[in-house]
Order: sequence, then structure tokens, then C-alpha cells
Amino acid sequence: MVKKYIKKDRVIPGFGLTMGITLFMLSFLILLPLLSVMVFSLKLTPHEFITLITKENVINSFQTSILCSFVAAVVNCFFGVILAWVLVRYDFPGKRIMDGLIELPFALPTAVAGITLSKLYSDTGILGKPLAQLGFKISYTKAGLLIALVFIGLPFVVRAIQPVLEKLDPQYEEAAYILGAGKVKTFLKVILPELRPALWTGFGLAFARGMGEYGSVIYISGNSAREKTQVISYVIMQKLNYVDYAGATAIALIMLIISFLILLVINMIQICQSRRTNFI
Amino acid sequence: MKKDKRRESQGVKWLLIGISVLFMAVMLVLPLVSVIVNSFSLGIPFYVRSLQAEFTRSALKVTLLAAVIAVTVNTFFGIGAAWVITKFSFKGKQILAALIDIPFSISPVIAGLAFLMTFGRLGWANSPITQLNQWLGTDIKIVFALPGVILATIFVTFPFVSREIIPVLHAQGTDEEEAAALMGASGFYIFRKITFPHIKWALVYGVILCTARALGEFGAVNALSKARGKTFTLPLEIDALYLSGSSDSITAAFAVSSLLVIMAITVIAVRNILEYQSGKKEKSV
Amino acid sequence: MYVELKHIHKTYGSYKASEDINIGIQKGRLAALLGPSGSGKTTILRMIAGLETPDSGDIIIDGRRVNDISPAERGIGFVFQNYALFRYMTVYENLAFGLEIKKLPKKEIKERISELMELTGLQGLEKRYPNQLSGGQRQRVAFARALAPNPSLLLLDEPFAAIDAKIRGELRIWLRDMIHKVGITSIFVTHDQDEAVEAADEIIITNKGRIEQSGSPLDIYKNPETPFVAEFIGESSKIDGYHQLKGFEKGSYKGAIIRPEFVESFKSDNTKFKDIINHSEEGTIEDISFRGNCLEVKLRVGDILLTTHRSLERRPVTIGERMHVIVYRMYAYDDEKSYLLENKELIGKEMVTF
Repeated sequence: MVKKYIKKDRVIPGFGLTMGITLFMLSFLILLPLLSVMVFSLKLTPHEFITLITKENVINSFQTSILCSFVAAVVNCFFGVILAWVLVRYDFPGKRIMDGLIELPFALPTAVAGITLSKLYSDTGILGKPLAQLGFKISYTKAGLLIALVFIGLPFVVRAIQPVLEKLDPQYEEAAYILGAGKVKTFLKVILPELRPALWTGFGLAFARGMGEYGSVIYISGNSAREKTQVISYVIMQKLNYVDYAGATAIALIMLIISFLILLVINMIQICQSRRTNFI
Repeated sequence: MKKDKRRESQGVKWLLIGISVLFMAVMLVLPLVSVIVNSFSLGIPFYVRSLQAEFTRSALKVTLLAAVIAVTVNTFFGIGAAWVITKFSFKGKQILAALIDIPFSISPVIAGLAFLMTFGRLGWANSPITQLNQWLGTDIKIVFALPGVILATIFVTFPFVSREIIPVLHAQGTDEEEAAALMGASGFYIFRKITFPHIKWALVYGVILCTARALGEFGAVNALSKARGKTFTLPLEIDALYLSGSSDSITAAFAVSSLLVIMAITVIAVRNILEYQSGKKEKSV
Repeated sequence: MYVELKHIHKTYGSYKASEDINIGIQKGRLAALLGPSGSGKTTILRMIAGLETPDSGDIIIDGRRVNDISPAERGIGFVFQNYALFRYMTVYENLAFGLEIKKLPKKEIKERISELMELTGLQGLEKRYPNQLSGGQRQRVAFARALAPNPSLLLLDEPFAAIDAKIRGELRIWLRDMIHKVGITSIFVTHDQDEAVEAADEIIITNKGRIEQSGSPLDIYKNPETPFVAEFIGESSKIDGYHQLKGFEKGSYKGAIIRPEFVESFKSDNTKFKDIINHSEEGTIEDISFRGNCLEVKLRVGDILLTTHRSLERRPVTIGERMHVIVYRMYAYDDEKSYLLENKELIGKEMVTF
């Protein structure tokens, strides 16, 4: 009965087939494996679970990951707005190449980015050496971790803001300008509010990516428990290497919940945004 | 656009451009250049030798195999998912779209863990597979073997193709397909003749991006592959070389990396060419 | 009846898109579904095409119940609002699409297309892509594409909405003549009453998911049956205090609708109206606006503001000027129906009107 209804109301063919493919592959390749993690971690008693995730190095790694991802996402929002602004509003030689390069962290394998950044900012590296002489140590510290996370998060923010800025009608600014608002005021009061949903989306994506990042951070961060430069992904991997599956899944569950929450918030922002703009 | 320029003083403009260029140079260009510089630091013969090492060649083979399979699977999936999400309305569409994007926001390490917990020693799929092996007299292994590497690669690159196609199909709407269906065209015929020309370039780009990510995946594969020379991919080989610590092997790690850098730059170049072409087309419309 | 809809109901969630729709259209006629946006006219058209499915009721085309027949097998041609031309195909390929699906031989396809190209005046544009055509040309292609597989019923969704106002009128007549020439039964949807009146043989007026009235354009114009139709068709203004006007009684009506052509105003020295000047009442001109081919004059009579059109050939009037006003007739209405009221005092009198 239900099937007949679906068939009757859709003119374009292929609903059953494509829906079938989509649900089948999504379930078997993505959802089922993730479910295995959840099921396994739920087998632990609450006491075991809490003991596992409140170990000092686990808590430290959560703190490190959240703090560094957050700061990196903030830094990316700041530079992301400037970069998007420059790319959308100005013409200058090399703009096209610059626009293309933004995508580099998407295309460059994380391990390659990781060893390169690590070398670059090490005591013997091109940037690390002068900085070390000034007394700043980057590689194998939280600062290094931060740089790696800024690197991989940048395109998320720029690519979220760019299209919105492109579509933003210059009349808004002109209206504000005619009403007597200065440049800074116009930007803060007129442009920034328009960018806010995109900015949140970009922030969320960059933050989520930073929380889960592994390849690009493990070389530069030093992974020292004492200096608290271990990230969550590293701790999970470490536990896997010691065949401590209980510990790994317990942490993974918390990570999954955080990821889902971020995903949920991003989706809600996008729904709200489309609703709001539809009324205009 | 031109009018804005007049208002903003040239000083602000060049200051912002300066900040951007500097930021990009330090954050993106310098690492790129440093890979190339490092990989040639022991001369060209060493570079060539590093690439010809047996481990490297094996890793290249594994990487390419995993990438080809993952890209094929995800292209197939991506087209199907994009079709169902953009051409029909149904309950839970938002949720479906969000679920497809899950691999974007999940740590690749967790992806690896997920397959370990499914097919590994403790996984629920372990005993059926063992039984199947006994029954068929085969020795199929998933984790710490090629199938695991392939599954992990599929997982992390899962949404790439669909994500590129969906916005294009959304913008195109469903009119043309409806008109064709009214005339009695079959689903495959409609896709081939009407939908495909619209998504051609997005599909090409999605496939390329998917390939790039598949070739470069590290975290997920790292959890599922432990045999250097057998199931190691290029990024794992780079990791092994880099961590072995001698300055020779670090240089070799950069040499192998340079292969992946070339690939990354190709991806970006192709994207720009595609964008430029579609932009030109839009202008002529 | 060639196309018949019987007791059609359609709801989207709690929203009633169609409520007990009954329509009959004769073979070879061009019918217009006319109504404000959201009145359910497009839903009706899409249900006939098979793009939507009614919750209950029968759709009958040429004596065959088509509810369970797929859109492709209903023998219809459909012209979409934005034409839905295949953007990556040339004009020729667009027209050939439906014929290729029917597996017609290449030669026949070619013949059919050149016939259609000639009919629609598109010769020479075969190799153009849709984005290289003007709005009017696109509409012709859409029309030709819909006709190509020889459908027995042509459905058009707002066929003129995407066209410049300037050439819209021209295309309207072109399409009407073309449809009559081909002799195909056609139904088009529009929210523009001029379009419906000018092009259609028959108008079906929809409102809030119901059919208000159907009939010939003249019939609907002269005898609106419901308050909605009386107000929707023609220029009209609602007058609550209609019974204060000379020659009209209150009755059991809720109000009345007066069109500009029902109102006459003249200066007191106008001899043409000397027979009925006693039946007129005094009004003051409040506003005059130029409407291109006439003046629109607003007159205050007591509490009532009446609108009339004044020919530019007549003597000029000024704001504040006192005029004699006569209302010939009006449409009074209650909740359900509308009724034509004639000015009682004028019955049997000879009248001159401009």
C-alpha cells in the first residue's frame, strides 16, 4: 500500500533504486561500523566507562584537543573573513592562484602536511630556527599543534564565507553608507551579521575537523603526556596499538557524541538560515 | 563592485591583501615548497632511489588499488544519493543528507576503530566470516589486510562525490526531468541524456577530490594496516620512513611525499580549470 | 466531454488544495483555469497530467479513466511554466526527444520536426541551444516540443508568465490561433484575467481549492454567479452602502460590487442626459488620474466613493467639480451567490452611454 502510494506520486523514475542504493551503502559502510563502536562501548559498565574516560591522560587529551581546536577555529575565522573579503572584493595579480591554494589543505594528504609542518617549525627548520633563537619553540608544543589545526581548518571557513559574501548585495552597504555609517560601523553592523550563519558553519566544521584530526598533528605535537600535547585521536590510536579496545571505544563514543552534536548544530544553523532568508 | 573600491581607501585594501598574502605564504606555500626542497636535499639520485625502493613501490600499488575501488564505489553511491536527495521529496531528507556527511566530521581514527570493532577479533562480524572461511576453505581477512584498507578508504571519502553533485542538481531543479518523464523516458535514459550533462564537471571534480583524499588517507588506514611492504599505503610508508629517524629516511619520506604533493597540486589546478570553464560558460549565457 | 474531472479531492497535510472539483471540457476547446495564486489551479492541471495524484475522484480523458495510468501514457503534451527546455540539447534535439522515446524512425522524426518548425515559425533555429533563444522563441520551442508526439490534450502551466509584458499580448494571440489551427483540446493555467478572457473559449475560475464558476468569457463577465467572481473579474470596487444610491434597495444582501462601466457621470448642462437627470444624484470629484486611453474619475456621493472611466473626448473635468452621477446596475451578493441589480428608476427609460 505504502509502496503503491510512493510509486504513484513520483513522476521522475528511479526513486526506489537510488533510495535503495543510498540506504544500503550508507548503512553497511558507515552506520553499521559506527554502531559497532557504540554497541561495544555500551557493554562496559558505567563504572568501567567512567574509569576509562577519566584517566588523567584521557582528560588531558580532551582538554588539549578542545582548546586547540577552538583557538584554531577562532584564528581561522579571523583570517578566513579577511581572506574571503580580499578574494571576493579586490582585484589583484595572483588572485586566482591564491583562490586555488586555499583548497590545498583539502587536497594535501594529512601525513604529508604533518611531517612538513613539523620539519618547518622544528629547531632546525626554516621558520623554527629563527623562532627558536627568539625563544619560541613551536614544534612539539601546543603552538605547533595549533599551527597544524589552523592549516587544515582554513579552507572550511573561507569556503563557507566566500559564497555568502559574493551574494551579498552591495546595496546593503550603500544603504548603510548613505545613512551615514562609517566603514568600520558598516562592516560590524551590516556585513558581519549577514556573515554570521556562514561563520558559525565554518567555525563548526573547522572545529569538528580539528577535534578529529590525526595525521597532520601527530608529528608536530610531540605527543607528550607530560606536556599535555596528546590529542584525542592519538590517544585512541595508542590504545589500539596496545589492544586496549575497551579504552579506545569508550573515548570514541564521547568523540562520536561531540561530532554528532556539532553536525546537529551546523544543520540547525543552515535550516534556520534558509528559513530566515526565505522570508525576505 | 567597482563602486565599493572607491570608498575604501587604497591603504586598507593593500593592508588586507598584504595580510592575506603573508598568511597564505607562511601557512600554505612555505610547507609546500619545503616538501620539495627537503625531498631533493640529498640530490636527485637519492630522490629517484627513494621512489624505487621496494616498500615504496608496494605502498604505491596498495594505495592505487584502494583508491580506485573507493572512488568507483563512492561515485556510484554519490550519483545515486544525489539523485534521490535532489529529485524527490520525502520525509527525513534532511536527516539522510546529514548522515551522508558524517564521515566529514568524524575522526579518521574512529573510522578505523569502527571497522576493527566490526570485523576484528571482538567484532560481531568476526565469527560469521571465520565460519564462511571454514566452509569455503578460504582465508579471507578484513582487518590488518587489504579489504580493511579499502573499507577504511571508502569510509573517509564516502561523501565527496555526492557533495559536489548535490548543489548543482539543486540549482538545476526537476523541471527537465519531469518533462522527460512525461514523454515516457526511462530513468537511465533521463539520467544519461538530461541530468548527466549538467553534473559532468561537478562529477569530474568530485571524483578527483575523492581520489586525492583516497590516495592520502592516513588515520583510518593506520588503525587497520600493520604490515609494511604488504598492506602499507603511501602515507603509512611516509610515516614509517619519517619515524625511523635517520636523516636519510626522513629525506626519503619527503621524496615519497613529493609524489602526493604533485597529486594535490594537480587536483587544485584541475579544479581551477573546471571552475574557469564553467564560469566562462555562465557568462556567455 | 473530452476531459472530465469528477469529485476530485486533494490535500497536502491539512491544506486542502482541491475540494470536490468537477470540470468538463469539450473536444477541441481551449479552456483557461483562472484564479489567484494559491487557488489550486496548478494542482488541477498537474493532476490531469499525472504529476500529482488526487486523493479521491476520477479523471477521465477521452472516456478513459486515467487515474492509474502513468503520465507518459495519457497522451498529453505539457508546457511548463519555465518551459523546462533541455538546456544541453539543441532545439532540434529538444523536439526529437519525445519522438525518439517512441522509437519513431529517423526519417519520420525529421519530417515531423520540420513540420513543427514551420508551424511555429522556428525555421533556421534548429541548431541553437535554449540559452541562445529569446523568451518568445523558447515558448514556441516548448509548445512545439509538447506537440511533437501528437498528444490529444495539451496542458500549459502559466505559459506567458516568463515573458516580457510587451510581447505577451502578441504571443497570447499566436498561441490561441495555433491551438485552434492544430485543433487540439487544451487547458492553460493563468492568474491574469486579460489572458484568460482574450485567449480562452472557456474559463474555469478557481478559488481556495474550489471551482467558483465556469463558462464562456462573456458569460462570466456578464453573469458572475458568486461574490468572488463578481469581484475578481473586471475592475470592481466593493460598496457596502449601495442601498443609499437612488434606484437600489437594501434587500437581504451583504454588499455590492460596482464596476466603473456601471457608473455614469455628467455635467448638469449635458442635454444628452436630460431625460434621466431627475434620477441622478450629486457627486463631487475627489480624484482624477490618467489611464492612457481614458481618465479614471473618483466621485464622492454621500459616504460612497464611486469610480468611473471618462472618455478623453468628453469635456474636461476638475477635482472638486460637482457632477451628476447615475449607477446603472451592480452585483449585489450574499455569502454564496451574486445577483445582478438594475437601477429601478431607469427601467423603461432610454439611455445614452459613452
